[in-house]
Amino acid sequence: MSVGLRQKLWSFGLIVIFFVGWQLFCALSGVSDLVLPRPTEIIATLIARFPILWPHILQTLGTTMAGFVLGVGLGVVLGAVIGVSKVAYDTAYPLLVGFSSIPKVAVVPIFVLWFGSGSVPAVLTALSICFFPIVVNIATGLATTEPELEDVLKALGASKMDILWNVGLPRTMPFFFASLKVAVSYAFVGAVLAETVASNRGIGNVMMSASSNFNVPLVFACLFILAILGVALYVIFSLIEARVTGWATRKNDLVAT
Amino acid sequence: MQENGPSEGQRRPTAIELSATSVTFGRGPTATPALAETNLIIPGGEFLALVGPSGCGKSTILKLVSNLLRPTTGVVIVGGREVAAKALRIGMAFQNPTMLPWLTIERNIMLPLKIVEPFRSEYRQKRNGEFRDKAHALLAQVGLKGFGSKYPWQLSGGMLQRANLCRALIHEPRMLLLDEPFGALDQFTKEELWSILQSLWLQHKPTVLLVTHDLREAGFLASRICVMSARPGRILDDSPVDFPRPRTIPMTFEPDFVALNQRLRELIVNARSNAPEAQEA
Repeated sequence: MSVGLRQKLWSFGLIVIFFVGWQLFCALSGVSDLVLPRPTEIIATLIARFPILWPHILQTLGTTMAGFVLGVGLGVVLGAVIGVSKVAYDTAYPLLVGFSSIPKVAVVPIFVLWFGSGSVPAVLTALSICFFPIVVNIATGLATTEPELEDVLKALGASKMDILWNVGLPRTMPFFFASLKVAVSYAFVGAVLAETVASNRGIGNVMMSASSNFNVPLVFACLFILAILGVALYVIFSLIEARVTGWATRKNDLVAT
Repeated sequence: MQENGPSEGQRRPTAIELSATSVTFGRGPTATPALAETNLIIPGGEFLALVGPSGCGKSTILKLVSNLLRPTTGVVIVGGREVAAKALRIGMAFQNPTMLPWLTIERNIMLPLKIVEPFRSEYRQKRNGEFRDKAHALLAQVGLKGFGSKYPWQLSGGMLQRANLCRALIHEPRMLLLDEPFGALDQFTKEELWSILQSLWLQHKPTVLLVTHDLREAGFLASRICVMSARPGRILDDSPVDFPRPRTIPMTFEPDFVALNQRLRELIVNARSNAPEAQEA
């Protein structure tokens, strides 16, 4: 058995143990369904309510991806501008750090004030929460490009654009994809957060109304959905990362040192 | 630009000219002079070797010619124009084989074709055909047949140096700038690559500017050797090398050749001891 497969089995085993433990705890302690429902009950609820939940899942995924795509676009542009110029990097960094330190839950009411409740605040929250890791990673990747690599092209008389395109950007790709993974999770968190506060659609909203009706199994079913979606998004972007920037996983053997 | 390739006997146009060129790093009291005012004229098709003690500004001259560095004073004229005026077909190999780690060896070697005209505009159509064949032909010439699809980290240091040489040559440059390209290689690989480089030079007669620490290498390859002083660098001695071509490795052990080596060695030893600040080995 390969090491990778064994590792996967261990991870899977831990998940199974977690749920079996949870189930046993509920059965043995006799804790009320209103406090902590059993996993089997949650899954039953999830399956029974799935047709109703499905549009909400799509809504949440839609706002997440919209916010994510916009956040990536904004993050790449900002990161590129900051990364190619040392002065811009030093100038803009404090502002960016300040902006990113604001808890995004505090920003949602402002978005609601401006745009009303609904999809727009969710998209904007997702955007504002996910663009920062992209900016930082793109800027860092560009700013730390080895001058020796750039010299190879400079000596050929390449333009600044050529160098950015052939050295700066490929060199930055590992940083970019690593940040995408993080950013997509952030965007998801942002979207659900905004739905919880101010929306009439989406998984976040379903959770809020379910908890105010004391429908605890449904709340937990929503949590399960969120966990599954979050993992799925992360895995998808990890796979893309591995495909596109496989060269970087051999960092120890990098030649340009 | 030179339309006709220069040939022996014909008056050769100037390929590289440094006039009153100097380089100082930094400003004010901390300024470090790297290259003292230097005048140097290199005719087209010449194979010039620059030798001298460490840190004497040999690489600085290469960087001036390749426009990686601006002179503090004076001008650098390459191919009849001041550098930085226009992209030139220069082939360059640094001491460290700086291969881009995300590209395969063949893509790395084809990089100049992607940047330099007239290849640039045809790169998209030809990168999987003619250009790749060209890269493979060069790889075969330096003994790296079949390594084109490997990534840089899959090759040893010596193999990368060979690939590096291929990258410097692929766009058929009229001018080759080599900064200790064989520095990290073992003696036998070095000698093998010297012969390859010599035959390439004899075929195409590019202008070559070679920076090296190896006096045998300079004597074997160069048609002219300039000895530089310790920092700030100056050209102390400038002499032609007239051994017949193609030169062979056994020739480097003949008395004439050994005498040349010894003369160069003495010049450099003197340059080292006359250095204003004590040089460390």
